[in-house]
Amino acid sequence: MLKTYEFPEFDYICSAEQRDGRVRRHPVVIVGGGPIGLTAALDCARRGIPAVLLDDNNTVSVGSRAVCYAKRPLEIWDRLGCGEKLVAKGVSWQVGKVFFGDDLAYSFNLLPEADHHMPAMINLQQYYLEEELVALCEASDLVDLRWKHKVVGLEQTDDRAVLKVETPDGVFAMEADWVIACDGARSDMRGMVGADFAGKVFEDRFLIADVVMKADFPTERWFWFDPPFHRGQSVLLHKQSDNVWRIDFQLGRDADPEDAKKPENVLPRLKAMLGEDTEFELEWVSVYQFACRRMEKFRHGRVLFAGDAAHQVSPFGARGANTGVQDIDNLTWKLKLVLDGLAPESLIDSYEDERIFAADENLLASARSTDFITPKNRMSRVFRDAVLDLAKTHDFARPLVNSGRLSTPTPYCNSPLNTPDEDDFRGAMVPGTNCADAPVNKDGKDDWFLRALGEGFSIVVFGDVPHGKTIAVGEIEAPVIEVSTDIVDEKGVLTERYDGAKGAVYLIRPDQYVAGRWRTFDPDRIAAALARATGQRH
Amino acid sequence: MLNLKPNIADPDGFYETLINAQRDLTDDAVDRMNAKLILILSNHIGDNDVLAEAITLAAGEARE
Ligand SMILES: Cc1cc2nc3c(=O)[nH]c(=O)nc-3n(C[C@H](O)[C@H](O)[C@H](O)COP(=O)(O)OP(=O)(O)OC[C@H]3O[C@@H](n4cnc5c(N)ncnc54)[C@H](O)[C@@H]3O)c2cc1C
Repeated sequence: MLKTYEFPEFDYICSAEQRDGRVRRHPVVIVGGGPIGLTAALDCARRGIPAVLLDDNNTVSVGSRAVCYAKRPLEIWDRLGCGEKLVAKGVSWQVGKVFFGDDLAYSFNLLPEADHHMPAMINLQQYYLEEELVALCEASDLVDLRWKHKVVGLEQTDDRAVLKVETPDGVFAMEADWVIACDGARSDMRGMVGADFAGKVFEDRFLIADVVMKADFPTERWFWFDPPFHRGQSVLLHKQSDNVWRIDFQLGRDADPEDAKKPENVLPRLKAMLGEDTEFELEWVSVYQFACRRMEKFRHGRVLFAGDAAHQVSPFGARGANTGVQDIDNLTWKLKLVLDGLAPESLIDSYEDERIFAADENLLASARSTDFITPKNRMSRVFRDAVLDLAKTHDFARPLVNSGRLSTPTPYCNSPLNTPDEDDFRGAMVPGTNCADAPVNKDGKDDWFLRALGEGFSIVVFGDVPHGKTIAVGEIEAPVIEVSTDIVDEKGVLTERYDGAKGAVYLIRPDQYVAGRWRTFDPDRIAAALARATGQRH
Repeated sequence: MLNLKPNIADPDGFYETLINAQRDLTDDAVDRMNAKLILILSNHIGDNDVLAEAITLAAGEARE
C-alpha cells in the first residue's frame, strides 16, 4: 500500500463468449492493458472500431515507472479525451539544475515555445495516467475491457488470428482480424510468434525510489554527476503529483539488487542526499537494469506489436510510453481503412516502416544518454567529466551534457506515404512531419488548430477554396478546412508555422502528420497525394 | 573538408606551447587536459563532417 495512492481492483467478468463456448470473431483484439494497450482501445473506439482489450491483471501499473510525458502523447490523449485532465493532475517544471561533484555546474530554464495547447511535458505517476485511460475505456461503448484475461496461445491463418485466453473460469478461444500486441517488455506474444528481441542490455543497475516529501522542495529537475553523497555515480531527482518525488540512483555494475533495496541501505543514501533534517517517507523502491532493443519486424501476420513489446528503451529521456503511444496514433487509422476495405492491406506495412524508423531514433537517443550518464571506459569518463567541468564556466559545453533529451515526434522523412514538396515552402512542416499546434478561433471561440482537424484526413487551405469542400478518392473523403471561414488565425501563429501565404494547401493525415502541401488548390494533385497516403498508389 | 596541409604559421612555437602545458602534469591530469582541449577545439571547428573525418583519421592512425 502506498501512502498517497490506493490501487484500484477492477472486476473480472466472465464474457458471454466464454460462458456459451461460442467462438466469436472480433475486428481487433488488443493484448495488454498498459498505457499503450489502453490508448489503442480508445483510439480504435474513436475511429469506430469495436475493440476487445485483454489484460492478465486487474489493476493499474504497480511500482515506480513512467513519470514524464511529452507534448505529442499529451496531444494524442487530448484527441482521445483526457489531455487537459492529465495536464491538470500532473506537475510541470521548467528549471533544471545540473550538479557535478560538490558544485552546481549550471541551471537552465526550458522556456517552452508559446502558443501550443499542450505543455512541452508533464510529470505524473504512471498509475494516474492508466486510471484516467481505464475510466475512458469503461465509458466507451466500443471498448470491451476484460481483466484477468491472459493470452496463452496464438494460431494464425491468412485472414485471422486465434487467441487462447485463460481466465479464472478456464481457457477459451477468440478470433480476431487483427491483434495489437501491447503486452510489455516481457511480451508473451513475442514468444508466440517466435521473434527475438535483440539489442543492448546495460550492465549498470539503478535504484529507483519514490519518496513523499513533507516539506516544500522546489519543482525543478536536479541531476547530479558524481555527487559527494554518492561518489562516482549519478542521481536524478524530480517531482510527481501529490508531493511524491522520483529519485534515481545509479548503483554501478556490481550492486546486489536485493541488498540495495533494503530500507537500511536505502534510507542512509536518501538522507545523505536530501539532508538529515528533511522529512520524507519511502513510497516505493525497486532496482532496474535497463536495455535498448527492438523487434526486427513489428508485423507478424495478423499480429501488430506496439509499445514496450516492440521496442524497449532506457528511461533516460523518457521515451518508453511516449513513443509507444505514437505507435498507436500511427496504426489505428490505417487499421480502420483496411478493416473497412477502403485501403489495401499493404497500408499496414507502412506502420512498420514509419514506426521502426521512429523506434531507431528513440533507441539511438536513449543509448546516447545512457553512454553519457554511465561511461563505459576510463577515457569516456574523462571526456564526460571534462564536458561537465567546462560546462561550469563555458556555455559551449552545456549542449554536450546529456542527462536525457526530451522526446519529440520523429518525422517520417522517407515514408512512402509522403508526397514530397514540388512547390516552394519555408519552415518545419515538410511532408512526413507531425503538425505543430497553434491557437485559432473557431465559431467565435478560442480554440486550437489540432482540435479543429477532423478525425480522418483534412485539407487545410489558407484562404478559401473556389470549388467543392471535399476531395475524395473512392470512398475516402477529406473535407476542406478553410483558414478564413472555418477557423480564423487571429494571432498569425498558424500562418507563420505553416508558411501559410494565401492559397497554401496542406493535406493532413488522421494522425496529424503532413502528407503533402502545395501553393495552389489543385484537386488532381491533392487526390493523388490522398491516394498515396492511403497506400493506393506509389 | 578536413585540412591536412600544413596550416600552423609557427609550428615550433605551437608545439612548444602544447608540450610545456603538460610538462609537469600527472598522466591523469594530462588526460583531463587533452579531453578539454579536444572539446574546446571541436566546438571551434563546429562542422560535424570535418570532425568525423578527423576522428576517423586519428582512430586509424592510432591502430597502426
Ligand atoms: C523506472 C522507469 C521509468 C520510466 N519513465 C518513463 C517516462 O518518464 N516516460 C515514459 O514515457 N516512459 C517511461 N518508462 C517506460 C514506461 O513505463 C513503459 O514504456 C510503458 O509502461 C510501456 O507501456 P506498455 O503498455 O507497452 O507495456 P506495460 O506497461 O508493460 O503493459 C503491459 C501490460 O500487458 C499485460 N500483459 C502481459 N502479458 C500479458 C498476456 N499474456 N495477456 C494479457 N495481458 C498481458 C501486463 O499485465 C501489463 O498490464 C519508464 C520505465 C521505468 C521502468
